[in-house]
Amino acid sequence: MSNKECLLEVKNLRVEFGKGKQKFVAVNDVSFNIYKGETFGLVGESGSGKTTIGRAIIRINPAASGDIIYNGQKISGKIDKELDSQVTRKIQMIFQDPMASLNERAKVDYIVSEGLYNLKNYGSEEGRKKKVEQALLDVGLLPEFASRFPHEFSGGQRQRIGIARVLVMEPELVIADEPISALDVSIRAQVINLLSDLQKKKGLTYLFIAHDLSVVRFISDRIAVIYKGNIVELAESEKLFANPLHPYTKSLLSAIPTPNPNVERNKIIEVYEPKKSHFDYDSNRPKWVEIEPEHYILANDRELEGYKKIMGR
Amino acid sequence: MTNNEKVLSVDNLVIKFNLRGQELTAIRGASLELYKGESLAIVGESGSGKSVFTKSFMGLLDANGRIESGSIIYKDNDLAKYKTEDDWIKIRGKEIAMVFQDPMTSLNPLKTVGKQVQESIELHQNLQGEEAKKLAVEILNDVGISEPERRYKQYPHEFSGGMRQRVVIAIAVACNPNILICDEPTTALDVTIQAQILQLLKNLQKKYQLTIIYITHDLGVVANVADRIAVMYAGDIIELGLSEEVFFDPKHPYTWALLSSLPQLGIKGEELYSIKGTPPNLFKEIKGDAFAPRNPHALKIDFEKRPPYFEVTPTHKARTWLLDPRAPKVEPPLSIQKMREMEVKRGERLE
Repeated sequence: MSNKECLLEVKNLRVEFGKGKQKFVAVNDVSFNIYKGETFGLVGESGSGKTTIGRAIIRINPAASGDIIYNGQKISGKIDKELDSQVTRKIQMIFQDPMASLNERAKVDYIVSEGLYNLKNYGSEEGRKKKVEQALLDVGLLPEFASRFPHEFSGGQRQRIGIARVLVMEPELVIADEPISALDVSIRAQVINLLSDLQKKKGLTYLFIAHDLSVVRFISDRIAVIYKGNIVELAESEKLFANPLHPYTKSLLSAIPTPNPNVERNKIIEVYEPKKSHFDYDSNRPKWVEIEPEHYILANDRELEGYKKIMGR
Repeated sequence: MTNNEKVLSVDNLVIKFNLRGQELTAIRGASLELYKGESLAIVGESGSGKSVFTKSFMGLLDANGRIESGSIIYKDNDLAKYKTEDDWIKIRGKEIAMVFQDPMTSLNPLKTVGKQVQESIELHQNLQGEEAKKLAVEILNDVGISEPERRYKQYPHEFSGGMRQRVVIAIAVACNPNILICDEPTTALDVTIQAQILQLLKNLQKKYQLTIIYITHDLGVVANVADRIAVMYAGDIIELGLSEEVFFDPKHPYTWALLSSLPQLGIKGEELYSIKGTPPNLFKEIKGDAFAPRNPHALKIDFEKRPPYFEVTPTHKARTWLLDPRAPKVEPPLSIQKMREMEVKRGERLE
């Protein structure tokens, strides 16, 4: 997999909220690439900054420093109108809660078309209707549903509408922010299948943001683990699960619930204590290092040596 | 489970709701026995009735709901016959307490955390003032809140989600109940915090000799905490057994489907199993097995006659015609077989 084409590059991204004393750094010096056609998983607990990264990419949250490069073009900071509308079309977002993310007063037809209306890129009214119809079919809903209101649909169907309104824009990169957390177990499987199906058919690239590691493992090619605004480890999914190095990744993996009572009852959860693990960070700052091909980790020199020893074994 | 003392026994409970002039049957003749000191998990999709079922034990049904028939026997009293708030006040908190799902909304934002715990001690444990406060601080400490004296004086907004859930648990435990019902206690929390809260509940269960009912749709949580599992579908318990029995030898096609749709059991790059169709409309009368229309293994009789419970072992039973001796032999789906095989292998490795 050496000839992978880079679709999105995030370089030393920093996102801040507030000013002066109130200033809060939500994302700190984060770098990663997303390759064309892959599913890139971003996991972390609530408040870790995973959603903020997603929102920085679609230009909702401004980057304080660092660059976001999409298809070779810088899209962070000030960009011209033309590029802005291109980015809006090509990068789309699926939201977490289908109960809250649809306009209750609008019909499905309008909800799905809203992006088209904003960019005015649908040609004729007939063309728009065609696009909406196709998007609804793509997510497994009937075109007739266009004339209905969101409250007439179940949670799973509403999430499909949320996906349809993304598809109608014909995006390249889809940021899926916890798209299945609010759904029931049985419906989760349907939506996961739909997402991977669409990826195959349309060649989509996903940034999949979630806190549920078992889902992320199932769907992602590579996974980045984020803790308090820093990405601490990034590797191919199976490699990460087989060989986690960073203590936070380890603790996160140890906490994943397994559907096996015998395993669960004897499970030992590794506790992550940043102060203990990283006691020398004041004098020996951590760096973002590629410890083996395609496996990145945030570590200082002392830790790196330790990790290398573990890997050598 | 050496203990066979029943603390609660529900028999053939039917609960109906009036909605816009129509009648909805939320619970369709569910029966359950709860043993002292056990952890029982009730699993099911949203709308399967798991919350309604347990709320009826505390008289917390919405005003348009009622118990149509059946009984809920607790300490020789039939709770299904309780009508007035005065009756229920004797049960709520003191005998049966509840931990609600969302710690962000189930605390009073205008009262200090300590006062909210103290309030439930004063109401239920006959302690007042300083004495109650002392116990409140002790319970805050029990639920893993550090510096309880200082935290006692703080308001909910000063607590994180996991800490708030600890407070909610503290309030429930402060009632000194017999039975604790935890309604999706960790759904709103992160995995690492979730693991801590589950551990906490297990510790409290030992210390206070609690019988706990977990309501959840997360089978990972269930595997972690449950001694026994009751699977609910369309207002009925369709399978009930020891945790190992339900995970490794499930009998009802719905339980198969539920387990198969877990991403942990899926194979990467392949389609994940998903249950086709939608749950039945509870406004209509359900004929036969409620799961039949979605069940690829459904038999003719599944659409005609409601299956009785078939006993698999003395602790394991399921409501499916597949267990009838006359039924054709149907193997559980591959993922279920795989899970069992993996468990056998794991057991051998351990030896």
